[in-house]
Amino acid sequence: MKRPWLALLLILPFLLVFGAFQLAPLAWIALNSFNSSESGWGLANYGEILGSPFYLQAIRFSLEISLWSSVCGLLIALVGAYSLTRVDSRLRGFVVAFTNMTSNFAGVPLAFAFIILLGINGCLTLALKQLGLIEGFNLYTKGGLILIYTYFQIPLGVLLLFPAFEALKQDWRDAAALLGAGTWQYWRHIGLPVLSPALVGTFIILLANALGAYATVYALTVGNFNVVPVRIAALVSGDIYLEPNLAAALAMLLVAFMTLITLVHQWLLKRSRHVQS
Amino acid sequence: MSRAERLYHRLVVWLLFLILVAPLAATLVYSLATQWSATLLPAGFTLKWYLQLWSDPRFLAAFGRSLAICFGALALSCVLILPAMFAIAYHFPRLDALMNVLILLPFAVPPVVSAVGLLQLYASGPLLLTGTPWILVFCYFTIALPFMYRAISNNLQALNLRDLMDAAHLLGASSWRAALLVILPNLRTGLMVALFLSFSFLIGEFVFANLLVGTRYETLQIYLYNLRNGSGHLTSALVISYFLAVLLMTWIANRLNRERT
Repeated sequence: MKRPWLALLLILPFLLVFGAFQLAPLAWIALNSFNSSESGWGLANYGEILGSPFYLQAIRFSLEISLWSSVCGLLIALVGAYSLTRVDSRLRGFVVAFTNMTSNFAGVPLAFAFIILLGINGCLTLALKQLGLIEGFNLYTKGGLILIYTYFQIPLGVLLLFPAFEALKQDWRDAAALLGAGTWQYWRHIGLPVLSPALVGTFIILLANALGAYATVYALTVGNFNVVPVRIAALVSGDIYLEPNLAAALAMLLVAFMTLITLVHQWLLKRSRHVQS
Repeated sequence: MSRAERLYHRLVVWLLFLILVAPLAATLVYSLATQWSATLLPAGFTLKWYLQLWSDPRFLAAFGRSLAICFGALALSCVLILPAMFAIAYHFPRLDALMNVLILLPFAVPPVVSAVGLLQLYASGPLLLTGTPWILVFCYFTIALPFMYRAISNNLQALNLRDLMDAAHLLGASSWRAALLVILPNLRTGLMVALFLSFSFLIGEFVFANLLVGTRYETLQIYLYNLRNGSGHLTSALVISYFLAVLLMTWIANRLNRERT
C-alpha cells in the first residue's frame, strides 16, 4: 500500500456509490429544473411555480409552520437547556438521555402518538374539554402542525444548545451581581449576547429541519395538507399525473432557500468574530 | 443558588420531561387499554394488542424486511467507509477537508429532494432499482454516512495512526495486516457507537421507503402507515414496540460511549 494508486482504489468504491446516490440525483434536479416538459429548456418551471397560487400557498404554509415551530422550539429548548445545567447531575443525566431518545421519535410513529393525545377524541383534547378550557382541537390544521413540529424541534434544540451553556462562567454572574445587575440585566447584557451565535446556529438547523420534514405531515394528513415537501412528493409519486421536472424546480427552490439561510448564518458568524476582535 | 431558584429549575426540567413524555405515555396507555374512546380513562387493561401484533405474520415479515435493509445498509457502510477513511487518513490527509464538506450533503438535502432525482435515474434501463429493496440499502448508506464518518473520524484522530503503522511495519507486518489487526480493533468502540445510533434512526426511515419502494417491499414504517385505518390499539402497540427497540439501541450506544471516555 505504499503505492498511492492502491490507496486510491480503496477510496474509489466509496466515491462511486456516494456519487451515484447523493451527487447524481442532486445534479439531475439542478439540470432538469430548467427543462420544462412543454416549452423545453428555460425558466418555465420556475415561472409556473411562482405564478401559481396553489404552489405559492404551499411555500407560504411551509415557511409559516417552519418559522413558528422553530421559534417556539428554540424558546422552550433555551429555557429547558438552561435549567438542565442548574439541576443536580442525576436528574440532568436522566432527562438528557431521555431527550436523546425522543430526538429519534419523529415521522409516522409521532403522528400516531399525537392523534391519540390530541386527535378529535384524543385524551388530552377530552381532558381539556371537560375542564372547559377549550371547545375542541383540530390537529389537522396549521396550528396543529405547528404544535407537532414544535414537539420534534425541542429535543434537537436542547441537544444543540446544552453544550453552549458551558461558555457561561459562574464568575460573570457573580461579578454582574456584585456590580448591582439584576437577573434581567445579566441576561440582557451578558448571557444572551454570549449565547447568540449558538442560538442563531440552532435556529438555522431547526428551520432547515422543519422545511424538509415530510413524514410527519404526510402521515398526519395523508398528504392533504399543502406544504412544499408534500407537493414535491405528489409530483413524482402521485396518482394523477407526474411532472418530475416541475418537482425538480420546487426542490431546487427549497435547496436554494436552505443554502441562503446557511450563507447568511456564515456571514453573521464572520461579522460577530470581526466585532469581537 | 437560592431555594426558589433551585425549585424553579427543577420545575422547568420536569415540565420539559412531561412535554416530551406526554405523546409516548398516551400511546403506552392506549396500547394497554381494552377500549378507550370518548372517555377520560380507558375501560380496562390488557396485553392482547401486543400478543396480536407479535403473532401477526405481516408484522413479522415487515420487521424482518426492515432489519434486512438496515443490516445491509450498515454492512455496506462499513465496507465502503472504513477503507476510504483509512486511505484518506494515511495517504491523503488533505482530502479530509473535502470529505467534511461532502458529508454535510446528506444532512442538508432533505430525502424528499433526493428522491426526485433518484426516481428518474433508477426507474428504467440497466439500473432498474426503484421498487426493489436494493435502492434503500444504497440510500440508507448516504444518510448514515455523516454519523458514521464523524464517529470514526473522532476515533481515528485520537489514535496515532502513523506511529501505530510504523511500529507494525517495524515488527514485520504488511500494511494490510497492520490495518486489519492493529488499526481496526482500535476503532471498534467508535464504530459500534456509530452503528447503534445509525440503526436507531434507519429503522425509523419513512420518506425513501415510501417514495422509492412503497408497498412493493413493506418495511416496518410502511406497515405502520398502512395500519392507519385499522385498530388504533394495534398501531399503539406497534409504536411502543418500535420505541422500545430504539430506546435499547440508543442506551447501548450511550453505554459504549461512556466506557470509552
